[in-house]
Amino acid sequence: MELSFDVVELGDADHPREGERAPDFVRPLVNEEYWEDVALSELTAEGPVVLLFHSMDGAFPATYLWNEIRDREFDSYDATVVGVSVSTPYEHKTLIKEQALIGRGFRLFSDPGNGVAEQYGIVNDLDGMHGVSEPRPAAFVIDGDRTVQYAWVAQEWPEFPDYDELQTAVETVVDADRVAERAEHDR
Amino acid sequence: MSQPAITLYRLGSCPFCERVVEKLQGYGLEYHPRFVEPLHSERDVLKRVAGVRTVPVIVDEHTGVTMAESGAIVRYPEETYGSAGTNSHDGATVSLQEEA
Repeated sequence: MELSFDVVELGDADHPREGERAPDFVRPLVNEEYWEDVALSELTAEGPVVLLFHSMDGAFPATYLWNEIRDREFDSYDATVVGVSVSTPYEHKTLIKEQALIGRGFRLFSDPGNGVAEQYGIVNDLDGMHGVSEPRPAAFVIDGDRTVQYAWVAQEWPEFPDYDELQTAVETVVDADRVAERAEHDR
Repeated sequence: MSQPAITLYRLGSCPFCERVVEKLQGYGLEYHPRFVEPLHSERDVLKRVAGVRTVPVIVDEHTGVTMAESGAIVRYPEETYGSAGTNSHDGATVSLQEEA
């Protein structure tokens, strides 16, 4: 039996491009123990940030994404790795536990109103869920100056980032940040 | 966004926490709320910073004070930042009494 499988085309998104400033935002940032309001700019002030937009916690794309991020040890880079979804802080805590992310330093922004996706131009309206939208799957690597150095936004649904490409991007940005820091230090 | 010196560990919904919030706001003290889970077993962070699993807990980096129990915390702003301006606290005051 042949199965035909149609993916949904999402078309182009008007998202921040490489070289542009990543829009700043404040949302509750959830770790395994608590959550508190944190600005993206607070995170970039400490160094490069990997910002991962995904579907609501519990949906398979969120599970698959975090499996890859965990197994590929994105926490081994000198970068902050954070997710964003429309799920509540309580659901993020469950995801952190169920995805075996405890002690790994990964954190998730909670954005039930989907306003961050709006700022990033990547709102994805959901069929059959009136009043609910979520971000398109997207991945941004942002440097310490909050400049987007790598941007990937899904063009169809479902779609996942190219993890090899994402890893290369993170390595490049982390290296550049280290060089810049050393130059600063030597001055 | 720079972080205020006072961190308030709290629940989303908790009258004891609201009592403290009211007091801090009344004294115009900026604070940074951190939300923990309703289940005591999920509050390891509180056990670590304050030796208790109850909320509210405040940590004031300005004075080095960590304090639990709302009855004690509501007196803290006046005693520490009140009009007399005296700092009578000699360190962490932690009560083990159960609250929320």
